[in-house]
Amino acid sequence: MSTATCSLLRMSVEEDRSFELDDYAGPVARWCPGCGDHSVLAASQRLLREEQLAPEKTVFVSGIGCSGRFPHHLGTYGFHGIHGRALPLATGVKLHRPDLNVFAVMGDGDCASIGAGHWVHAVRYNTDMVALMLDNHIYGLTKKQTSPTTPQGYRTNTQPHGSFLPSLNPLTATLGITNASFVAQTAEWIPQHLQATLRAAYRHRGFAFVRVLQRCPHYTLSMFIDAVRDPNKIELLVHEDGVQVDGLEKIYEHVRPHDPSDLDFARRLAEEDSDPEHPIRLGVFFRDPSRAVYDVIRRVPSRSAGEKVELLNRELDRHAI
Amino acid sequence: MTTPTETRGDAAPAKATGRPRADAQAGREADGRTVHRLDQHIVEIVSDSGEGAQTCGKIFGTVSARMGNGVWTVEIIPAEIEPPARSPAGASGNRIRLGSREMTNWGDYTNLVIAFNEQVLLARHRAGALAPDATILLEDMWKEHDDPDIRDQWSAAMEELGSADYRIIPVPMEKECLEVVDDARRGKNMFALGVLSTIYGRDRELLEGAIARRFAKKDDDITRRNVELLDRGMRWAEGHLDFQVEVPPTPDDAAKVVMNGNQAIALGAIAAGLELASMYPITPASSVSHYLAEIFQDYGGILHQAEDEIAAAGVAIGASFSGKTAFTITSGPGMALKTEFLGLAIMTETPLVVVDVQRGGPSTGLPTRVEQSDLLAAVFGQPGDAPHVVLAPATIEECFHSMVLARRIAETFRTVVIVLSDANLATGVQPFPRPEPRAEWQGSPPDQSAVPDGARPYEWDPRTGLSRRFIPGQQGGQFTATGLAHDEESHVAYDPQINQRSSRARSRKLAVLQSTLTPPPMYGEASGDLLVVGWGSTKGAIEEAVDRARAEGLSVSSTHLTFLSPLPPGLTEMFGRFGRVMTVEINYSDEPDDPFITPENRRRGQLAWLLRAQTLVDVDCWTRVMAEPLRPGSIHEVIRDRLAVTGGVA
Repeated sequence: MSTATCSLLRMSVEEDRSFELDDYAGPVARWCPGCGDHSVLAASQRLLREEQLAPEKTVFVSGIGCSGRFPHHLGTYGFHGIHGRALPLATGVKLHRPDLNVFAVMGDGDCASIGAGHWVHAVRYNTDMVALMLDNHIYGLTKKQTSPTTPQGYRTNTQPHGSFLPSLNPLTATLGITNASFVAQTAEWIPQHLQATLRAAYRHRGFAFVRVLQRCPHYTLSMFIDAVRDPNKIELLVHEDGVQVDGLEKIYEHVRPHDPSDLDFARRLAEEDSDPEHPIRLGVFFRDPSRAVYDVIRRVPSRSAGEKVELLNRELDRHAI
Repeated sequence: MTTPTETRGDAAPAKATGRPRADAQAGREADGRTVHRLDQHIVEIVSDSGEGAQTCGKIFGTVSARMGNGVWTVEIIPAEIEPPARSPAGASGNRIRLGSREMTNWGDYTNLVIAFNEQVLLARHRAGALAPDATILLEDMWKEHDDPDIRDQWSAAMEELGSADYRIIPVPMEKECLEVVDDARRGKNMFALGVLSTIYGRDRELLEGAIARRFAKKDDDITRRNVELLDRGMRWAEGHLDFQVEVPPTPDDAAKVVMNGNQAIALGAIAAGLELASMYPITPASSVSHYLAEIFQDYGGILHQAEDEIAAAGVAIGASFSGKTAFTITSGPGMALKTEFLGLAIMTETPLVVVDVQRGGPSTGLPTRVEQSDLLAAVFGQPGDAPHVVLAPATIEECFHSMVLARRIAETFRTVVIVLSDANLATGVQPFPRPEPRAEWQGSPPDQSAVPDGARPYEWDPRTGLSRRFIPGQQGGQFTATGLAHDEESHVAYDPQINQRSSRARSRKLAVLQSTLTPPPMYGEASGDLLVVGWGSTKGAIEEAVDRARAEGLSVSSTHLTFLSPLPPGLTEMFGRFGRVMTVEINYSDEPDDPFITPENRRRGQLAWLLRAQTLVDVDCWTRVMAEPLRPGSIHEVIRDRLAVTGGVA
């Protein structure tokens, strides 16, 4: 438990603090066995250790759904918010406390359906945070309803004769938004790739959007079964400014060098990702560290209470009669 | 012209009422001009949108306040940005109530109007805004305009206006202004200011200073031309008008400021130490953020314009969670959208201040007009049991101080505080004692010290329900705030006992807050035949009506509630000392005599609902939703009616 891990001893030797995986552990997760959320949680904890982020300086914000429980299982601060609204909460945290490391964790319905309005604008604000869309193509917690990313024809409890519409492509959607600065896709069943993608996302200054493809063991296991079993169903996008995992190309033969500064090409690659006949592309589609970052543009001077009183007196004098 | 105050009920025919006529003393000056000495007078200046009537009104109001007059200014705002010229719907301007003492409300009916065309005047006439014997100064260029349509409109308007007992005085505004400027549309407002200044004997030096400040950002030539127009207006009035109005000021040395309620909220928020405001544009709340957008960053503050009302609440809650209490600013439709987030803040016990500048509803309703219809939604609007604090400033001065109070309560009690202002306060302009901000009003900076071993994020005190908040950055305080039912460690609760316990803690906090409050002050005697209870911006009008009724010997008092949730203590006992208790509010209620209406199904004023439920006293109500503030004269009539006084108002 987080409160127990922080001993007085540790505080007295702050400069020498070093963090182990235990420091990032919270109460044991209660997701279903085989749920992709477990892998993302483990990868996040490894990232925190790797980057040695102080648990008290790190905030994970989530919405509602299976992914909403994510912060509960970490030793950091967390805010388990309401459905679809992780991004406004996370924006508020970062805007007011730029010194904190902020992560937003959302599901596919959370991000791309009820929270779609916030998603569009969060991408444009480009506030410095990592935004994970845990995309299992289904509403899991509410028991198998069609989500925006459910493949057309897939049977669910709300569309039992098959989902009516072609699924929404979160990659092209994100890449279409002005001021997008980082768009990547990874898969929970390839831990090394997941880890490397989270690292690249964390190190990016700006809004790093990562779509994590993941299995729901109850409702969408079959959807990813081919990709999990057959490496040929995957294509890795590799670049020194993107994600490169040593040794992974031995398993995955389809490897495509892709310079993530090329937005037009990124959009084409993302568009083809909608095609079920096409291999699933994993890696950094787009990255531009030069884009305007909202919490940086909005940085304000720090004022003491006394200074504020002085300024306020001056302002009140302007209204004096 | 000589009647200081005329009042009428919203449907009743006009009749004389109010102040004793002895207040008005007419004297004759040596030059033959009649001087009316009055203790209050209502003047308005009305034009097409864009002709500058509002600037004229603002300067007139400010100068009057500087001279020591009580002032209450209301903006006359058209619904559209650029309505067609010469249309009743486009009437734009200011309505200024001048008084010898402090003016606490907008008063009754306008006594003197200066209008730039007959169509905007018609709008005010049709709105029932003018006293039946009002004096009207009217631009007369339209009477013999080249366009026959305009001449016809003029004749028709004169016929319609002829039904009232107005004294209409033609003023050649266009002609006079063209002597100074090429485009008279850009000059009439200053000419009008000059005319009014002669009528009311305003200090020329103060006027010139105010004009110079108004045009400080433009070149000196513009200021000079405007002063020239002012002088021309003054001279014209001296040479052509046979009357003056004297509302003797009562100058005092107390330092005062003058502003509208939304400006007061913005400055109050800064004085309160709030550092982040998050909003989405909505009338009539937006001007709070306009002001903040100009100055907030100098104070280390951030004004965030969110993508929607929901996000505006979310950003504020996220900021509050991670440090200093933040706030969001909205009006009724925005409140509706923020509902789920308010529940989250209450459940996670994240401090938050929400400003709701109420407008007419439901739905889009009357965006620019005053109403007090959000009360029950503000108190009960969140699904689930979501206890939180609701308070309502009654004056522009209170708009300022309520922000300081709201921040302090939100932090002390780890809860949401809703501040219910309204369009009347938002746009009303009134001088008030200058606040003397103190550093401690800003509260402490967020605690970043390590949390003691074993401390828990919701360690509810079993007696008070209060607990200490942990803030990101505090070592050892790591927890996940959640909207799910949770225990003292903020772990998701699977034990039903926890839900009962945590609900009790959140609810108990309101009782604890209430225990720190005192009964609301009584205006008038502590017992009597009738007690009028109000809340929010109606205070000044209610108290003026009570004064008038008491002057007639009626046994009536009033009290005004700042706290609506929790209600202040002592109400049941207080109500028991009166024969009858009624609320006066600007929201809809059924008339008891209307078809189908029975005591059981009658929908009462929103405060009356609350008071009946909490005190079991048979609280009556009188409410109106006439898209305008209540008039003291109307309330006075209601008091007489409830006390069954027969005969006309003396």
